[in-house]
Amino acid sequence: MPMLNRENLVNLALAILLIAVPLIANGLGQPFYITLATRVAILALAATGLNLALGLGGLVSFGHAAFFGLGGYVAGILAAHNFSGEPVIFGLGGTNQMWVIWVVSILVSGIVGLAIGAISLRTSGVYFIMITLAFAQMVYYFAISWPAYGGQDGLSILVRNQFPGISTMRPLSFFFVCYVILILGIGLFALIRASRFGAALQASRQNEVRVATVGIRPFRIRLTAFVISAMLTGIAGALFADLNRFVSPSMLSWQMSGELIVLIILGGTGRLFGPLAGAALYVVFEYALGGMTERWQFFLGLILLLVVLFARGGLIGLLAGKAKHG
Amino acid sequence: MVEPVLEISGLVKNFGALRATDGVTLDLRPGEIHALIGPNGAGKSTLIHQICGTLRQDAGTIRFVGRDVGALSVAERAQLGLGRTFQVSSIAPDFSALRNVMLAVQAKQGSSFRFFKPVMLDHSLIDTAMAMLERVNLGARARIPAAELSHGERRQLEIAMALALGSKAFLLDEPMAGMGPEGSKSLTRFLDTLRHEAPILLVEHDMDAVFALADRISVLVYGRVIATGTVEEIRRDPTVRTAYLGDHA
Repeated sequence: MPMLNRENLVNLALAILLIAVPLIANGLGQPFYITLATRVAILALAATGLNLALGLGGLVSFGHAAFFGLGGYVAGILAAHNFSGEPVIFGLGGTNQMWVIWVVSILVSGIVGLAIGAISLRTSGVYFIMITLAFAQMVYYFAISWPAYGGQDGLSILVRNQFPGISTMRPLSFFFVCYVILILGIGLFALIRASRFGAALQASRQNEVRVATVGIRPFRIRLTAFVISAMLTGIAGALFADLNRFVSPSMLSWQMSGELIVLIILGGTGRLFGPLAGAALYVVFEYALGGMTERWQFFLGLILLLVVLFARGGLIGLLAGKAKHG
Repeated sequence: MVEPVLEISGLVKNFGALRATDGVTLDLRPGEIHALIGPNGAGKSTLIHQICGTLRQDAGTIRFVGRDVGALSVAERAQLGLGRTFQVSSIAPDFSALRNVMLAVQAKQGSSFRFFKPVMLDHSLIDTAMAMLERVNLGARARIPAAELSHGERRQLEIAMALALGSKAFLLDEPMAGMGPEGSKSLTRFLDTLRHEAPILLVEHDMDAVFALADRISVLVYGRVIATGTVEEIRRDPTVRTAYLGDHA
């Protein structure tokens, strides 16, 4: 039930703010700020994916960079083959159509997510964290040692991929593409959270034994959530590659996985707009503090420490109060 | 004779050299309350874990509603209608009482893979769950987060969830534990009516409740059932008196 409670107002304000910044920047002729806002939208989308597993399901995946990077490599590889004209696999060629890339990103990260989840979800707690990290590192080293697609150096996308009717090379147009997908992603998160599936997923986080005792198998619920989570993060990766027109193994690194977790904690774990709030904070810190000192991550660490100690609900929790579970 | 709802025979469970369940045979018949008593360490918990499926027996069979359930998971046994409450209440603390019961209702309806319809707009869930809460006198507390419910209320909530499952048997693990004298009395009255819903296997330390409620009692000592009988038979049984009841009877 959409009500004008405090959290919904905060969310609405964030959504408007995110669209206002690039519009104003465009008016002032400052495309750099449009790129920053696009970065916020894409990171928020990736973290919204992770939030489904981590926030709702309590599954602390330390390997979501794998899906982020896979989405990125799908964009890079398909674009490269489209440029060279060589088939990718089974005689199928590359493409520069974003929507094809998105579909392939979703499929690839979904399939890999199914494999990683099916094994990792047999463990829990710190073992789950470690095994997801291990899988992501496997993908990372695979990418590094595969010279066909740039290896350690990564892969450039010479011309940003296309979307019918939109000139994606214009920063503002590309921002809108990312913004719409972010809002769709957040909408999907909201639907799932309110659904029967979401109820079972959140209950599995709170009390696994109780869920089994009413006759629901937590493993299936978690695995499904993990796959959907991987898909959302994967499509964000494809957008990220198109934003930078570059994809490299750093998108697959464990630092990236950690960054996604940090975004969620900064913004508010399990909160609908937590990932967006966290991504906005992160990118603003990165830009503002990063302009002053190379050691900006030291200050980010301090802020994260304060959030964990004093503001468990993150930015959304500070602004909108405790989460309500109906 | 009526077919028992739950039938356990020759159940054995070893932990290393310790035989925690030693050839236990007992059954639960329609409409009855069958109490399982025994001193601490007698193996009551181990037995319950095997009936529910959290532990796998080493030998013996467990039949429930006419099926061999010995190899089924916890969730599968629950789907067949094994309703359980825990010694320490097991609930989803962040959810309201209502949403806890709604979870059981959706499980009963067999549909947790629905992704789009909001549960709070789903009257087939809400109305059934409310009805169950009313039955355990928790209707007024439906919107309270389960974490904020009192000890006794959580017990009632667990029972409401077991009711929502359409349980064919209730397995109540020390429901009186931690309840005050008033709470125990009212819970005893409630359980007395619950037996008409489905038979109850009642594991309990509170002898007043056991003697007031049980149709039959089984006494478990060192993993073995040393006696099964009516309240009177158990009260008179000399081995039970020395092993367990002491001067309480």
